[in-house]
Amino acid sequence: MCQRRTKVSALGSAAALVLLLLAAGGGRPAAAQETRVDGMRGNAHAGAAAYRRYCIGCHGPAGDGNGENAQWIEPKPRDFTAATFKCRSTPTGALPTDEDLYHSVSRGFVTTNMPPWLPLPRQTRVDLVAYIKTFSPRWASPGARTPLAIPPETPVTVESILRGRALFQKMDCWKCHGTTGHGDGPSASSLTDSKDNPIRPYNFSTGTRFKCGETNQDLYRIFMTGVDGTPMPSFADNLRPAEAWDLVHFLRTMQRLPTPEARLWQAWLPAHARELPPLGPDQSGQ
Amino acid sequence: MLDRPFQHPHRRLGPRALGLGLGLALAAAPVAPAAGAPAPLSGGRPDYASYIRSRPNTVVVYDGRVWVRHAHSAIPAFARKYGLACSACHTAWPELNAFGQRFKDNGYQLGNDRDSPIWQAPAYWPIAVRTTPQWRLERTTHQPIDLVPGDTAGGVAEGTVTQSGFDISGADLLLLGTLYRNITFGFVPTIDADGTVGIEAAFVRLDNLLKSSWANLKLGKFELDNLLSEKRIVTLSGNGGLYQSYHFVPIGDATTFGLGDNQIGAELMGHSANSYSRYSLAVLTNTSGEPGLTASGAYDGMLTLSQAVDAGRLGIERLGVFGYVGQRPTTFTTAGGEPVPGTGTNHKRFYRIGAVGDFFLGNLEFLPFYVHASDDKYLATGTPVGAPLPTGAQSPIWNGALLETHFYVGTQLLLIQRSEIVRMARQALPDTPKSLGNVDAFTFGVRGYPIMFSRAGLAATAEVAFSKTVGGVPLSGDGVGLPPLAPDTDVWSTSVLVAFDFAF
Repeated sequence: MCQRRTKVSALGSAAALVLLLLAAGGGRPAAAQETRVDGMRGNAHAGAAAYRRYCIGCHGPAGDGNGENAQWIEPKPRDFTAATFKCRSTPTGALPTDEDLYHSVSRGFVTTNMPPWLPLPRQTRVDLVAYIKTFSPRWASPGARTPLAIPPETPVTVESILRGRALFQKMDCWKCHGTTGHGDGPSASSLTDSKDNPIRPYNFSTGTRFKCGETNQDLYRIFMTGVDGTPMPSFADNLRPAEAWDLVHFLRTMQRLPTPEARLWQAWLPAHARELPPLGPDQSGQ
Repeated sequence: MLDRPFQHPHRRLGPRALGLGLGLALAAAPVAPAAGAPAPLSGGRPDYASYIRSRPNTVVVYDGRVWVRHAHSAIPAFARKYGLACSACHTAWPELNAFGQRFKDNGYQLGNDRDSPIWQAPAYWPIAVRTTPQWRLERTTHQPIDLVPGDTAGGVAEGTVTQSGFDISGADLLLLGTLYRNITFGFVPTIDADGTVGIEAAFVRLDNLLKSSWANLKLGKFELDNLLSEKRIVTLSGNGGLYQSYHFVPIGDATTFGLGDNQIGAELMGHSANSYSRYSLAVLTNTSGEPGLTASGAYDGMLTLSQAVDAGRLGIERLGVFGYVGQRPTTFTTAGGEPVPGTGTNHKRFYRIGAVGDFFLGNLEFLPFYVHASDDKYLATGTPVGAPLPTGAQSPIWNGALLETHFYVGTQLLLIQRSEIVRMARQALPDTPKSLGNVDAFTFGVRGYPIMFSRAGLAATAEVAFSKTVGGVPLSGDGVGLPPLAPDTDVWSTSVLVAFDFAF
C-alpha cells in the first residue's frame, strides 16, 4: 500500500513536472514575416520566452494589452493584435519596420510604464520583435515598409523658430498641446485613442524625451508619420520639409532642456516678447 | 542523543553587544589564543567565550542569522510601482538580471520621467516584507558533548548533534524607492526570529549627478557593490545561505569584516547606459557596519570594476574585479582601564582582492568567484601593537573560490548548485597545521515560483547544504555547532531546508 502510494505520488510529480516544462516552453507562435535587424534574425519561439519573462504582465498572454497590470496602467499597454504602432518611420497607417519596433523596445516610452529594455541582449530584443509580429495577421502579408526619408536639418535660427511658432498656431497644435506646450489645450481633456481610452497630449515642459525618440530627427519623423492610434495626425501632406524643421525648432523651445533652440530663443525673447502675437484662439501667431 | 536542547552559546549575545564587546576585548587585552581551536579548560571542555572573542566575524555571522542577510533582496514594491512582474528584474528572485541591475544602478528608476513619487497614487507606499516559514534540519559532527548530561565536570566526548523542526525566519521590511527624481532612499529594518530588531540598511543616494550615469553618490549603510550579492542569494539554509569566502577569517584571527556585511560610508558609483560597464568606489568606517561612533579615525576602501558583453542568445556575460583594503585598531585609549569606543590606534591592515563572473549559456548560469585575502599578523594573532608578537608570527594568507550554477527551467523553476573551497596558504603561526580552518562547502537546491506577477512573490524552496571546516566549526547562518576537541578534526555541518519564501 505504501509502495503503491509512493508510485502514484512519483507519477503525479513527474506529470506535474512535465506540465511545468510544457508551460515554460509556451505555445507555437503564428507565422509572420521574417524579422531582421542589423543583420540579426529574429526567432519568434525564443521571443516567446522573453515575452513571458518581460512583457506578459502588461501586454497579456494574447498580446492584446490586457495583461494583469493593464488595469493599473495609464496609458494602456499596446494591443499587438491591432498592429497599430505609434512610433514608426513608415507612413501613417503602415506597419512599422522591424527596426522601428526594435528601437521602441530598446528605448521604451517616456511618461509611460514601458521601460527601456536596453540591458537585454540585442538578439533577445530582435526575438521579441519577431514574437510581437505573431499577434496580428497583418504581419503575414508581404509588403514593403519603406522608411520615411528625413532631409538634412535646416539651420537653427530665430527666424526658423518664429516660422515654427506661426505653424504651431496655423496647424492648431495649440488646441491639444496648449499654447505653452503643457498638453493642456482646449481639446486635451476630450481626446481618446483608437480604443476609446482617454489620452493626454504630450506635455513638452516635463519630458526629457519624446515618446518616439529624443533627437530633432525623431521629432521631425513624428510630424511626418503621425502617431497612429492617437489623435496626432501625420502632417506629411501639409508640411514641406523646411516647415517641419521650423516646427521642430519651435517645439524644442518649449522643453525645459538646454537645447540650442531654447538657448537661442531665450536670448532673443526678452527684447522682443511684446512684438509676438499671442498663441491661441483667434490669433494669427504671426 | 541529547536530553536537553542543544543551545548555541552565540545566541546569548546580540550583534551590537558583540561588536562593542569585541572591540573592547581587543583593546583591553590581547586576545585569544593565536591559533587553533578554543583553549581547553579543565576536563578538555573548550572555552567558548574565548572562542567567540577569537572569531568575531564568525560570531556576527552566527548571531546575525542568515535571514537578516536577505534584506535588500526582492522588492515587490517596485513591481507594484511600475507594474512589472518579478521576472522582469530577476533571473529568479532575489537574484538580479541585467535589466534589474540597470534599474538598481539607476537608483531604482526606470527613467521614464515617472519615477518620482509625485507621479504615484497617494496610496502607494514603497514597502515590502519578506519572510520564510520553514522546516529545517541542522546536523554537525564532532561536537563536544557532556559525557553526563548536565555535569560540566564530568568531561566531554565528541558526537554528532542533530536538530530539526518547524521554524520561522525573521522578517525584512524593505523600504526603498525614490524621494524625488534622482534622489533614492533605502531603509531596511530587520526583525530576527527572536525579536531582535536591527537596521540592515539606511541610505540616501543622489543619482545621475551632473546628468551623468557615471556619477551616483550614496551615503549611509548599504551593501557593498558585490557583483555576487549575498543579499540576493538564492539559497537560504544554515550552511547554504552564505558565501563562506565572504566571511572567512583564519581561526584565531580577530579581524571584524565580512564582504557580505553591509557597511557604513559613502560610495561613488557609475555605469554605462545599459549598465554593462560599472565601477564603484567606497570609503567606509572601520566598524564592519556597526553604527555609533566606534570607528577609530581610520577608513576602509573598496573598488569594484565590471564589464559585461552581449553574447547574443547566450545572454549577457559579465566579469568583474574587486579590492577591499581595511584597517582595524589594535589598541585603544582607556578610561578606568576600559577602552573608550572610537579611540582605536595602531591600526593594522587587511585586504581582500578577487574576481567574479556571471556567465550565461542560455538557461544555464555560472557564477564563479575568487578571493585572495590576508590579514596583518597583529590582527591575525590578536596582538596589540607594542605587545610582543608570538614567535614566528606572520600575516596569514588564504584563497577562496566558489562556483555557483543556476539552471532556469523557464521563469518559474530554478535548479541550483554551489561548490566552494577556502584554503589557507599561510598560517599566522608557523607551527599551526597548514590545513587548519580550510573549508569545503556544497549546496544543492531547487526553487519553484508558482506565482509570478507584480504584486507579490512566493517561492517554494528545498535545499541541502554541507560544509566542512578543518579544526573549527563551519560557518553557518544558523550557528549550530561548536569547535571540535582536536584542531585537526574535519567538522561537517549539514543543513536541510524546506521553506516557503515570500515577499509582498
